[in-house]
Amino acid sequence: MAYMKRSPWIIHYDGSSCNGCDIEVLACLTPLYDVERFGIINTGNPKHADIFVVTGSVNEQNREVIRNIYEQMPQPKVVAALGICACSGGVFRECYNVMGGMDKVIPVDVYVPGCPVRPEQIIDGVVKALGVLEEKRARMKAGAPAEVPA
Amino acid sequence: MTRQIVIPFGPQHPVLPEPLHLDLVMEDERVVEALPSIGYVHRGLEKLVEKRDYKDFVFIAERICGICSFIHGMTYCQAVEGVMDLPVPPRALYLRTVWSELSRLHSHLLWLGLLADSMGFESLFMQSWRLREHILDDLESTTGNRVIQGACKVGGVRHDVSNEKLGSIVAGLDELRPKLDDLVNVFVRDDSVKHRLGGLGVLTEQQAWELGAVGPVLRASGVSNDIRQIGYAAYDELEFTPVVETGGDCYARTMVRAKELFTSIDLIRQAVEKIPEGPVEMKVTGNPWGEFYARSEQPRGEVVHYVKANGTKNLVRFRVRTPTFTNLPPLLAAMKGLQLADVPVVVLSIDPCIGCAER
Repeated sequence: MAYMKRSPWIIHYDGSSCNGCDIEVLACLTPLYDVERFGIINTGNPKHADIFVVTGSVNEQNREVIRNIYEQMPQPKVVAALGICACSGGVFRECYNVMGGMDKVIPVDVYVPGCPVRPEQIIDGVVKALGVLEEKRARMKAGAPAEVPA
Repeated sequence: MTRQIVIPFGPQHPVLPEPLHLDLVMEDERVVEALPSIGYVHRGLEKLVEKRDYKDFVFIAERICGICSFIHGMTYCQAVEGVMDLPVPPRALYLRTVWSELSRLHSHLLWLGLLADSMGFESLFMQSWRLREHILDDLESTTGNRVIQGACKVGGVRHDVSNEKLGSIVAGLDELRPKLDDLVNVFVRDDSVKHRLGGLGVLTEQQAWELGAVGPVLRASGVSNDIRQIGYAAYDELEFTPVVETGGDCYARTMVRAKELFTSIDLIRQAVEKIPEGPVEMKVTGNPWGEFYARSEQPRGEVVHYVKANGTKNLVRFRVRTPTFTNLPPLLAAMKGLQLADVPVVVLSIDPCIGCAER
């Protein structure tokens, strides 16, 4: 990525994470890491967002919430699963109310493991997500669907 | 009669990084009743004790909540040490105290920032989190991790910290102090902050006590109650007075947390001055048998860890009572009669940690 062509907006949802990853997501936005200088803004509205940053794992209660947010986002969109819980369930994998990683309900493009993820890793993951976003945009321009069916 | 409507607040809401869902029963702009529904973050980790070794479970206990994770890990260790009657080395107890207070500092700064964000005071949010990074640097340089430290273990702590390093932490905090003074000054003096917080979400002393409020919420309503005074870890050898305010509103809760920043710095200084030499861990053999309640003061209030063991390597029962869960009934009481636009500020004023509350 030579330079960033667009200002990607992210939306963050905490699945059933312990907060560790979520406060690191917020730490990315604050002065030490400050991703806003690249035009990356945390928005609360799914319709404004390009990248869905999701932490924690899936359970019965939040499954529909996650799917709703994902479906409301306009194409092209990228999902980045932050933290080992969002990737696979992590230390809570064997808990009775944890169904597993985010890929159980929505297609995940970027996996960022770590417990908790460090801000540097989050920024790296979002930058990787930007590459995926550009690919999807190119596919849409060529008239193909943005999502490649698995 | 005015028609009542129900407005859902959350689970995905911009003001909270966590999923809290409230159904707000409204009459025009006024909240008549707030009905919480929970379970978005429930993982069921208490049952995991049946599958994990009691020593390994410290890692799970730390992940009850990522903000106050050290204190959760420590309280779990205290509970197991209580069952097994282990004499923990004093240096380990002092190090636990230092790390607890650093956790409190980072948690309170985090909360002050989130509160400013909920008022729409964006630059104050950024300034709070900028200062918080100094504390995280201290935690990272002593434990190796920013947020979930993994520093506590049954029978002590995982690594020692040299006296020079402890001295440099105190020196760093002394440098930080004037900056914290400037930050707190804005919360105390700024007119717009006073207008947004004053007289909002009032809990009387009676209400707070009867509804079971804990921590800064209880202390802001005029009740002097701080579990650190029972003297777990090394707190019995340190001197401090709990911060108490009498307003009972959001402003008083902010003041309690803002002043506790300085109490924590003083406690760290005292602990570093008094810390004895010696080992920081002890060999733990055998399995626990019996039950124990351990209590400690989290940034959000009193947390209780209960363990029951039957002589095997797995515990039989583990139960946590977290401060946010007990602070929810007072919150619902404080929300009656609010304007809709004030709801985010009042919800934040109890410092909700849903990860803790639902486990």
